[in-house]
Amino acid sequence: MTSSLITVSYLAAAILFILALGGLKDNQSARRGNLYGILGMVIAVIVTISAFVTQNYTILITVMLIGGVAGFVLSRRVKMTQMPELVAILHSLVGLAAVLIGFANFLDSSFNLTGVEKTIHEIEIFIGICIGALTFTGSVIAYGKLSGMIGGNPLTLPAKHWLNLSMFIAVIVVGVQFVGAQNHSDAFILLLVMTLIAMVFGMHMVAAIGGADMPVVISMLNSYSGWAAAATGFMLSNDLLIVTGALVGSSGAILSYIMCRAMNRSFISVIAGGFGTTSGSKSTVSAEVQGDVMEIDVAETGQLLNKAKQVVFIPGYGMAMAQAQHAVSEISKILLAKGVNVRFAIHPVAGRMPGHMNVLLAEAKVPYDIVFEMDEINNDFPDVDVSVVIGANDTVNPSAQEDEDSPIAGMPVLEVWKSKTTIVLKRGMAAGYAGVDNPLFVKDNTKMLFGDAKASLDLIIKAL
Amino acid sequence: MKISVLKEIHVDEKRVATTPDVTERLIKLGFEVVVETGAGVGSNFSDEAYRQAGAEIAPSAESAWQSADLVVKVRPPEENIALGKHEVDLMPEGCRLISFLFPAQNEKLLEQLAHRKITALSMDSIPRISRAQKLDALSSMANISGYRAVVEASALFGRFFAGQITAAGKVAPAKVMVIGVGVAGLSAIATAKSLGAIVRAFDTRPEVKEQILSMDAEFLELEFEEDGTGEGGYGKVMSKEFIDAEMALFAEQAKDVDVIITTALIPGKPAPKLITSAMVESMRDGSVVVDLAAEQGGNCELTEPGKVVTRKGVSIVGYTDLPSRLAAQSSQLYATNIYNLLEEMSPQKDGSIVVDMEDVVVRGATVVNSGKITWPPPAVAVSAAKKPEPAVVEAPSSEPIKPPSKVASVAKSSLLPMLIGGSALFGLGLVAPPSFMAHFTVFVLSCFIGYMVIWNVAPSLHTPLMSLTNAISSIIVLGALTQISSDNPTIMVLSVISLLITSINIVGGFSVSQRMLQMFKG
Repeated sequence: MTSSLITVSYLAAAILFILALGGLKDNQSARRGNLYGILGMVIAVIVTISAFVTQNYTILITVMLIGGVAGFVLSRRVKMTQMPELVAILHSLVGLAAVLIGFANFLDSSFNLTGVEKTIHEIEIFIGICIGALTFTGSVIAYGKLSGMIGGNPLTLPAKHWLNLSMFIAVIVVGVQFVGAQNHSDAFILLLVMTLIAMVFGMHMVAAIGGADMPVVISMLNSYSGWAAAATGFMLSNDLLIVTGALVGSSGAILSYIMCRAMNRSFISVIAGGFGTTSGSKSTVSAEVQGDVMEIDVAETGQLLNKAKQVVFIPGYGMAMAQAQHAVSEISKILLAKGVNVRFAIHPVAGRMPGHMNVLLAEAKVPYDIVFEMDEINNDFPDVDVSVVIGANDTVNPSAQEDEDSPIAGMPVLEVWKSKTTIVLKRGMAAGYAGVDNPLFVKDNTKMLFGDAKASLDLIIKAL
Repeated sequence: MKISVLKEIHVDEKRVATTPDVTERLIKLGFEVVVETGAGVGSNFSDEAYRQAGAEIAPSAESAWQSADLVVKVRPPEENIALGKHEVDLMPEGCRLISFLFPAQNEKLLEQLAHRKITALSMDSIPRISRAQKLDALSSMANISGYRAVVEASALFGRFFAGQITAAGKVAPAKVMVIGVGVAGLSAIATAKSLGAIVRAFDTRPEVKEQILSMDAEFLELEFEEDGTGEGGYGKVMSKEFIDAEMALFAEQAKDVDVIITTALIPGKPAPKLITSAMVESMRDGSVVVDLAAEQGGNCELTEPGKVVTRKGVSIVGYTDLPSRLAAQSSQLYATNIYNLLEEMSPQKDGSIVVDMEDVVVRGATVVNSGKITWPPPAVAVSAAKKPEPAVVEAPSSEPIKPPSKVASVAKSSLLPMLIGGSALFGLGLVAPPSFMAHFTVFVLSCFIGYMVIWNVAPSLHTPLMSLTNAISSIIVLGALTQISSDNPTIMVLSVISLLITSINIVGGFSVSQRMLQMFKG
């Protein structure tokens, strides 16, 4: 296969990838987009195999089949509530692959580069492995946190910022020595040392981030896996890898930015540590929530919903935890059939990854035209008769607007308290991930329905 | 605790203190509710509706009064001619009463109540603080009066309020002037506006300007520096010069407008005379003046309380029972105000009330406490002085205005990174070989394409976006594929492992994206 033909194929694949991402602008074009992505991948893989692979075909096909089947089974079995975990573990695989390919490339002595080109190639290897390694371990830790294997609280080592800084400097120092290393084995050892440091760095970075910041972390790792692919592309002089890596990298970066904006936090402060650690002293100063909580029972909730003309559901991570999305969908269908204007309001950081709630609601067959983003629906709350908050807390906390000393002050929130009645489904009075008390719960027009969200909702279905 | 709801005996009073809906809620609070038969007829609530809500129907006024622990009413108690007894005397001793009482005008009534050891709360004496807005029956009634004033005006005004262009010719919109922009005035503005009229409004208090403008009405301004804000957000008496200036303004406007609605009141004083006979006479034939201050003597010289008079083709409406003319609505709002008061006074929610004289709201409303006259209450610092009537007006957007300096600082802050980026690129161009620069160009342009494309992704598809980007970032598999044929066994093994995990990723990522996107079909 001529090199021009290869280039053209790669160009086709790159365009197909761009179309795939562009397709996600709406629900209709999204499925076609995904097919473009698959097509692009198939073209790239087949062209590469026919152009570069000269032996070991059996192993190649066997391994790809095993991997493919494993991936397929995984993707069919995963519950929609576990999507963040799946995405995290898939990120770690990209990171690990980047590390392995980097090492393989380093060991490959068939390159005969000299001068600046050699230096640049070495830097490319170094950066590729570095990003790959920290994506790998960071994603593994993120997976652990999301699946509950590791506690959600941020790890706070003493002098953690200094620790991060010294690791960063160490990586640079090792890098300089690596580029200047005289013989191959010295360089190999330096590369290994750097990989270890990068791995510890990745672990520590994600471990120090609190559970509420998970949407940012996931997006950030998404971004890193892209940059790792791009760095590998430089290393292999492969434009397709560079293009794809850059696309994925900027996608993750934009998602991180959107998530940070939705929490009114800077990217740096998210990386530097979770809520309640850096701002711990602040939260004790802020006004304590006082007042009486008004409870409501299932029957009354049913009556309120029956009488309402406008109902908005506000799902949060608690709904995913309780697997309550199907019950919510059921209730919304009953209400819609009665002519009630039912809508869903989604905060950008609801759940553990961007768009998590939308996927859960889609799974439960909630029509997507009644699902609204925060900005689309926030002004409508004064007209809403009943807002039902299901397992959300920080995203509906009025102290973000009312209490300047609150750790979440300035974070955009769903203004549910402006609706005529707010019903909050919650297990107990515990604070949310941000560790901030929520004055919503003691507002006059707020009623609390304690208990497991799914159990409560099932009873409400009966009451309706 | 038994709450009795009485049929109002005041002439032409159609309101009732509690509706069936509120009855139901009161019973939930733990009260028993007794309703005099026919109490709700004027407001179109039947005995049957009350019975269904859980109330007991008392067959006569006497039985309703006598069984009560707490009486809720609209009008102050008065002589019941049919029974030949004063309503106060029908009440059991030590009973409680919630009603409009207007203590300033009814000192004799207070004494009568005190004599009977009654505890009486006057709905018109609720202090005007933000916490008590939901109890503020005066605002509720004023809101209705304002609405009804426009409805009465339009009934008498023989034309459209809205301008129209019809096949039969052009109709000019009606011009409405509202004097006194309190709750009633704002409500009148909103109603006239929604009927399509051109609305102008005047008030001595400059801070209502914003509220008037927010309703898309015109604010009539005097070239005069004087703030008319008095205690409690009401107006106060203005200086002579000011009054002259405003009279001149009204005289000029009277020639132009079709409808004048006046709501100017100063607490404890007769209503100021703002519209003279000469002004009325200068109005066009068919014009209407609605005087909401009729009960306090009227803002118009020609007003006769309770009647409509005509002078040179201009009707002057002096009805004093506007809320009662919208009885069902008034009853509903008044009943809710009463419910909110009772809820506030019943912290245990066990069907009993506590008259807590430490509570500012209860203290203000209580005019007689167990036989002692407690009116007037000590002065309350009014917290909402600058925003007296939020009941009708839409609160202005509370979004802080962004400081304009931000734009400048953005320009400044983006300059430095641009310089750094520029010099870094220059440095790179000096040393890097052309082959690298070709890849670098591709990389940077791809970042920009990514940036453009990703901002267009629907937020609801962010999760599929992540799984899809995950799948395509496995393009890194190409690296493994180029290495797998290596003769070096280490490289071969490494690439086989890479191949395995990236294969999981490719298939897993695309397949889970497809699965999710299928769900978004419906």
